[in-house]
Amino acid sequence: MNSVRALLFRDMRLATRAGGSAMLALAFFAAVAALVPLGVGADLKLLGRIAGGMLWVAAILAALLSLDRIFQADYEDGSLDLIALSPLSLEASAAAKIAAHWLTTGLPLTLLSPVLGLLFNLPEQGYVALIASLALGTPAASAIGAIGAGLTLAVRRGGVILPLIVLPLLAPAVIFGAGAVLSALDGLANGALWLVAAFSLAAVLLAPFAAAAAVRLNLAS
Amino acid sequence: MGAFLHMGGYGVYIWPAYGASILGIGAAIILTLMAYRRAKARLAALEKPRA
Amino acid sequence: MIFEFANPKRFMTLSGALLPWFAGAAIILLGVGLYLGLFVAPPDYQQGDTVRIMFIHVPAAWVAMMAYGLMALASLFSLVWRHPLADVAAKTAAPLGALFTTLALITGSLWGKPMWGTYWQWDGRLTSFLILLFLYLGYIALWNAIEDELRAGRAAAILALVGVVNLPIIKFSVDWWTTLHQGESIFRPDGPTISAVFIWPLFLMAFGYTALFMTLWMIRIRTEILERRARTLMLGH
Repeated sequence: MNSVRALLFRDMRLATRAGGSAMLALAFFAAVAALVPLGVGADLKLLGRIAGGMLWVAAILAALLSLDRIFQADYEDGSLDLIALSPLSLEASAAAKIAAHWLTTGLPLTLLSPVLGLLFNLPEQGYVALIASLALGTPAASAIGAIGAGLTLAVRRGGVILPLIVLPLLAPAVIFGAGAVLSALDGLANGALWLVAAFSLAAVLLAPFAAAAAVRLNLAS
Repeated sequence: MGAFLHMGGYGVYIWPAYGASILGIGAAIILTLMAYRRAKARLAALEKPRA
Repeated sequence: MIFEFANPKRFMTLSGALLPWFAGAAIILLGVGLYLGLFVAPPDYQQGDTVRIMFIHVPAAWVAMMAYGLMALASLFSLVWRHPLADVAAKTAAPLGALFTTLALITGSLWGKPMWGTYWQWDGRLTSFLILLFLYLGYIALWNAIEDELRAGRAAAILALVGVVNLPIIKFSVDWWTTLHQGESIFRPDGPTISAVFIWPLFLMAFGYTALFMTLWMIRIRTEILERRARTLMLGH
């Protein structure tokens, strides 16, 4: 357990230093949120309606941005080989890295989201759903994203193909997550948050195995 | 014949749909067969000098 | 039985014998199906002649999904049992699957236009197939992105298996999402019930499309085997 924590903290430290992925994700998130009203127009009612969906899309994209670093940086300087050789199983290492990614990307995004919700004139009823759905759903982005990152480890233009692989797989998260906000706005009780949670739980539990298999495959050459 | 093409006014949707399907499937058949013939020819050419 | 195909030579012999049957079946099934669908079946009570699009939309959709399932099955054989031809089977199925998915989208859109008034409607069916198309494209892109054939095959296999697990969830989430939005069309392209006069062309076309897929798939696997043989010969020179 000690080594899991060590890996977790190490990754978090790397991500939160200057120029690290944490700041990048937040900046991108804010930028998209600021751009959308500029593009769509200042119709406050419209913005309030699309807030959930737009913030969800922005959050997923922001999380995606830093995904190829989850393994790539360590792969390039050889630390990934060391991690693979360590007594810690590659699955556990992958889980630690996914957790670190979420803590430095998904979680800050979730915390920033209510502020951005204000920019979108999100109606009162939507805030709890927004924060809850992002908190519950962004782990899925980190988890499934890690699978994609593992698969594209040694690919030349891996960064380009990563979104193509990961985004379709994340469709349920966006659908349920944004749907939760919309349902809150319309006063529907359809258990969307439960669906987000279930999807994330399944993703977080299963992804380390797929990601580890992918990393193992790419390290073996 | 005209009524057949017209299809109760829906012809403008039906025929492009059939057309696209025939085009797509036709292209797949042609490309598949071409690739197969190319591979066969290439292999035959490589196996010849053995004699 | 599957492992009899493990030997490429055996596969070549077996597929060589099966091909004419599959191709012939495809031609006959599609021919009769088209005749029944275009000339014999009457216009539908509700949808009019547009019901004829069903005869090319549903079979394409069916093959699109079947191809992904076969791709995933082959991927399983590749990863778990290291079946030598499994990689090839999965790789060759993907572009065909992508084609039929695209045909399903095009025909579905054209079917929907007279019913919904728009060429695109984010209904459960079309949206699911759009995502399926992206899954196919990502899979094909991954194969092309990794240079080492063996590694590409394994990576793609992992992706296919992750995808196939996710597919039912995607389908469920899209269906859930369409019930969320008002203004969803009540018109389901399948129609409430299908009478016998429509079932015959539909099933004939569905089987015909399947036979066609199998034919093309087998030829593509044979092509890949020949290409690999050529490559090893070239190394020898």
